[in-house]
Amino acid sequence: MSAKLKDRIATGVIVAFSLLIIAILLGMLGYILVRGLSHISWDFLTSVPETIRAGGGIGPQLFNSLYLLVLTLIITIPLGIGAGIYMAEYAKGGRLTAAVRLVVEVLSSFPSIVVGLFGLLLIVNTFNFGFSVLSGALVLTIFNMPLMVRVTEQAFRNVPKEQKEAGLAMGLSHWKIITSILFPVALPAIITGTILAAGRIFGEAAALLFTAGMTTPRLDFTDWNPMSLNSPINPMRPAETLSVHIWKVNSEGIAPDAAEIAAGASAVLVLMVLIFNLLARWVGRLLYRKFTSIK
Amino acid sequence: MKAKQETPLLFRKHRAEEWIGRIYTTFCVTLLIVVIFSIVYFVASKGVSTFAVNGISLSEFLFGTEWLPDNNQFGALPFIFGSFITSLLAAVIASPLSVCAALFMTEIMPSWGKKVLQPVVELLAGIPSVVYGFIGLSVLVPFLRDIFPGQGIGVAAGSLVLSIMILPTITSIATDALGSLPRNLKEASYGLGATRWQTIAGVVLPTVMPSVLTGVVLGMARAFGEALAVQMVIGNAPHIPRSLFESASTLTSVITLNMSNTVMGSAQNNALWSMALILLFMTFVFVFVVRLLERRAKI
Repeated sequence: MSAKLKDRIATGVIVAFSLLIIAILLGMLGYILVRGLSHISWDFLTSVPETIRAGGGIGPQLFNSLYLLVLTLIITIPLGIGAGIYMAEYAKGGRLTAAVRLVVEVLSSFPSIVVGLFGLLLIVNTFNFGFSVLSGALVLTIFNMPLMVRVTEQAFRNVPKEQKEAGLAMGLSHWKIITSILFPVALPAIITGTILAAGRIFGEAAALLFTAGMTTPRLDFTDWNPMSLNSPINPMRPAETLSVHIWKVNSEGIAPDAAEIAAGASAVLVLMVLIFNLLARWVGRLLYRKFTSIK
Repeated sequence: MKAKQETPLLFRKHRAEEWIGRIYTTFCVTLLIVVIFSIVYFVASKGVSTFAVNGISLSEFLFGTEWLPDNNQFGALPFIFGSFITSLLAAVIASPLSVCAALFMTEIMPSWGKKVLQPVVELLAGIPSVVYGFIGLSVLVPFLRDIFPGQGIGVAAGSLVLSIMILPTITSIATDALGSLPRNLKEASYGLGATRWQTIAGVVLPTVMPSVLTGVVLGMARAFGEALAVQMVIGNAPHIPRSLFESASTLTSVITLNMSNTVMGSAQNNALWSMALILLFMTFVFVFVVRLLERRAKI
């Protein structure tokens, strides 16, 4: 076989495999959307699930997912950005910094189920938070912190050195430089990273099985007192999220339309992730343009 | 006189700001360290009690093949085997595909690859694991049932689902490695009259191999720890499967299924915690291997 023929065959194989990957994604998206979208209606998105009869919806689960996402981001963003700033600005090279870097790496590769079990042991049982939205949010924070730290550190490191030096030359304190010069420039990258992380939080299920729980009390959307058990915004109530619901319907659902519900819920989940992805790109580009005046 | 008084004031303000910033960011980092130590401590203290409190020997747990909790037999080998075989197979399936995708994006058609394949890979990374499980259960399992003997569920279905899940991990790391390769390496090879494939096989791949392996190990780590998608398609029978199309279990799937059905502190529950400890231990092993490979990649 001549070298040219080999080259052609190899190129063919590489192109074929790449097309296969694209086909797999398109096939999966197509399958989910075709099967799921036909089941999605306003009623499906807002009504409560049924255990035995057909026609159940995913209203409470959808709300739980969004509420959990908001709560997680409120906890994660300040902590993650703080730790990221430390890594980018305060950490001096050396053993301690290397150790912290290792911690971030290990923490981000822990299996989600193990982090969930840790949450069950410490947050749910020892702290006695019970199966609750807050327990779920705290566990998701553990997950998401490493990601936020990396995003923030990278964003801060990518700020041109001259901007920092200009601040130093003006006699500003280091913290003032961080908050008023570096942070605004790093913000677009941080926001893009946060939105992508939000997509991951939205789809997470394994860690939530044992922390946010697999049930939802009957929610009363007219009750906005955070202390009442049926209030949707009570952070101490159990909350089954959309992805946990998909898992539950698939493995133990006995409703006659379980497969349709799972397909519909999966379609909603995938659409949300798509929206998060597009939003991240769009917002990132918009902010980048705004801050750098590049057209 | 006035100017003299202003300067210390400004300094004091600066110093206060500086301290607030330092204390706050140090607090955030300390929190990370506290969290990781408490995860290891709590999971380990529960996991060790299987052996310390319930008196099950370590060798029986690691190498016993009988999982009969009612009979007080806690052999976890079927689950350990299941976890290793599914993640290994997933890596074997996903690696060639990922490397080809990375080559496509960097060597063959960079413009088209960046525009189409890159977003595709990013989207694949973003799809939640339960959705993979659902598709596996409703498309892949019936498909395997029609073609091969058995019920369709099993190691084959689990590995295939996992391979698609870890594809983005390996692809993005391989693409980064290929992209950062110095141009002159390739140009030297082309200058000697080598074809593109000869350049890829003889120069490009050997140079980036440590980085690609890093991606493969990270992908395996993800596959090893993945719980719900695997649990949905693998069948969950507590024995070592004799074929790829026979129902099996992994460490994560047995934890997922049994954790809420067992009483905290019972021997069976503690055995589940020991499996979580194995998962934790393997995470450290994977991170260690990645570190070793990264050191190789630098040289």
